[in-house]
Amino acid sequence: MGFFLETLFGGLMVGMLYSLIAIGFVLIYKASGVFNFAQGAMVLFAALAMARFAEWLPRWLGFESLVLANLLAFVAAMAVMIAVAWLIERLVLSKLVNQEGITLLMATLGIAYFLDGLGQTLFGNDIYKIDVGMPKEPMMVLESVFEGGLLLSREDLIAALVAAALVVVLALFFQKTSTGRALRAVADDHQAAQSIGIPLNRIWVIVWSVAGFAALVAGIIWGSKLGVQFSLSLVALKALPVVILGGLTSIPGAIIGGLLIGVGEKLSEIYLGPMLGGGIEIWFAYVLALVFLLVRPQGLFGEKIIDRV
Amino acid sequence: MFYRENGQFKSSYRADQQIFPILQDRVLMLALLVFAFAVVPLTAPEYWFRAILIPFLILSLAALGLNILVGYCGQISLGTGAFMAVGAYAAYNFHVRIDGMPLLLSLLLGGLCSTAVGVLFGIPSLRIKGLYLAVATLAAQFFVDWAFLRINWFTNNSSSGSVSVSSLSLFGLPIETAVQKYLLCLSLLVVFALMAKNLVRSSIGREWMAMRDMDVAAAVIGIRPVYAKLTAFAVSSFIVGVAGALWGFVHLGTWEPAAFNIDRSFQLLFMVIIGGLGSIMGSFFGAAFIVLLPILLNQLPGWFGITISTALASHLEFMIFGALIVFFLIVEPHGLARLWSTAKEKLRLWPFPH
Repeated sequence: MGFFLETLFGGLMVGMLYSLIAIGFVLIYKASGVFNFAQGAMVLFAALAMARFAEWLPRWLGFESLVLANLLAFVAAMAVMIAVAWLIERLVLSKLVNQEGITLLMATLGIAYFLDGLGQTLFGNDIYKIDVGMPKEPMMVLESVFEGGLLLSREDLIAALVAAALVVVLALFFQKTSTGRALRAVADDHQAAQSIGIPLNRIWVIVWSVAGFAALVAGIIWGSKLGVQFSLSLVALKALPVVILGGLTSIPGAIIGGLLIGVGEKLSEIYLGPMLGGGIEIWFAYVLALVFLLVRPQGLFGEKIIDRV
Repeated sequence: MFYRENGQFKSSYRADQQIFPILQDRVLMLALLVFAFAVVPLTAPEYWFRAILIPFLILSLAALGLNILVGYCGQISLGTGAFMAVGAYAAYNFHVRIDGMPLLLSLLLGGLCSTAVGVLFGIPSLRIKGLYLAVATLAAQFFVDWAFLRINWFTNNSSSGSVSVSSLSLFGLPIETAVQKYLLCLSLLVVFALMAKNLVRSSIGREWMAMRDMDVAAAVIGIRPVYAKLTAFAVSSFIVGVAGALWGFVHLGTWEPAAFNIDRSFQLLFMVIIGGLGSIMGSFFGAAFIVLLPILLNQLPGWFGITISTALASHLEFMIFGALIVFFLIVEPHGLARLWSTAKEKLRLWPFPH
């Protein structure tokens, strides 16, 4: 029982991390109908910027405080992500208005290649560390309830809390601010939104910046867990089943989908893995999502797709 | 002035329905075939065959297969690499496990196995549509990658996980030199391209296109979605499977599952999009573009006498590749095939624009 719960919690926390990346996909899809394959590249790019600025800024400005370095690096990396968002809107999206979904998807793949190359050219291609002071040692809880208690990774716990906080912040932003309302309007209907005076171009810059922010947070957490390196951009591939399982248009869907995939992955690895020869994590998530989609083609919380002739 | 259909009268249905209704097109195609079959093998240097021509031919074949699925039937697939892998490994198993198996037969049987897997992973397309389907096809990619890595039976229990074939022969003729390999690939490509062209001109091709343009409307006028979608998956993955088997047998010789990973799927999709969705010709243009681009980018600094470190070069290559893809999508979202047909239209009127 203890072992099962431990696996379960481990899965839930990994799931929260997937959700962090999945949110980036959902944000952009909702607002502009673009399935952004570059989200993984953005995570890598943001993490690289964060790691390198935290290393460079103290040297350039001549101070030693780690907290200050991280704060400044965060601000600098965010500025870089906003610049990236602006450039993507200016150079790519505004030129591809009204193209088919597949063309836009391919364009974001092109952006992904570009960002991968640019990030490693600008910031170097070694493995970098992000040290934001996350505790590494695991902790024991509920020792009184179970024999041996539950072993939880503090790092994962904090990451899950950060992810939850991010979701709350985004939900407030979307529901309570006028910009958020404009974003939702654009998501519902581009033309109607434009006709009441919402500037589409600015909205797209904002939404890509918000996705860049989500990528930065995800990059910091994943980066401090795994180290900042090229493989970070592949983490996005693990978030894809989360997105389609939860539904492309739903932020709560991204969270629930993430939790389901996280738990499913961990439990399957432990209980099915030995039978099948191990390493099934990578495809199990996809097959799980596929089975769900057969029952609900629009994902768990996605908008129902209605075909009209 | 020279390229026009004036004066070419069709007096039978047969003449009216031929693939190239304009005489100039037929002459051009014939000249191209003669050039590809006779002139290139005699003149091109060895390096060209290995680095450019053979990859180009095989990847065109794969792009052709994918174009049937994505361009004609409108089902986006990100699992093409997986179907190539199935073709390659199935052909390998037939080749190794059955003594005296003819090469052509094992290639085709590899294609058939790939068909089976393609239809299996095509079944969800009956319910899942659009981008959801695109992501769902990644399931095939990751599952197949895993299966060939972990299940030893497929690799004939080879200890290193990689498999290799040697001493190929076709109808008693050895396939060893680059020229022979080139001719084998070229012949298969020509046959499959002709078949594909005729398929998409026939009733089934029109069913696929109706399905692509609007599946509900197509179902209303009596096209069976199950049949149309699954045949598209079957035909597409057959061609892709044969291309995969060729890629393993002829181009690589020794390969492991990484040769057919997700990057290969993306690469093929790029070819189809850049070449032109729903165009047989476009698959060739796209393949040529994607095969030549990295080679060109590699050579470019050398021509200008600039030396840069290999790491930087590979990053720059990534950047230029990505930027060019975006550039092409912006300039011509309908692909190079559209440029080709625009050029033909212009040529018809040339030199008098009215």
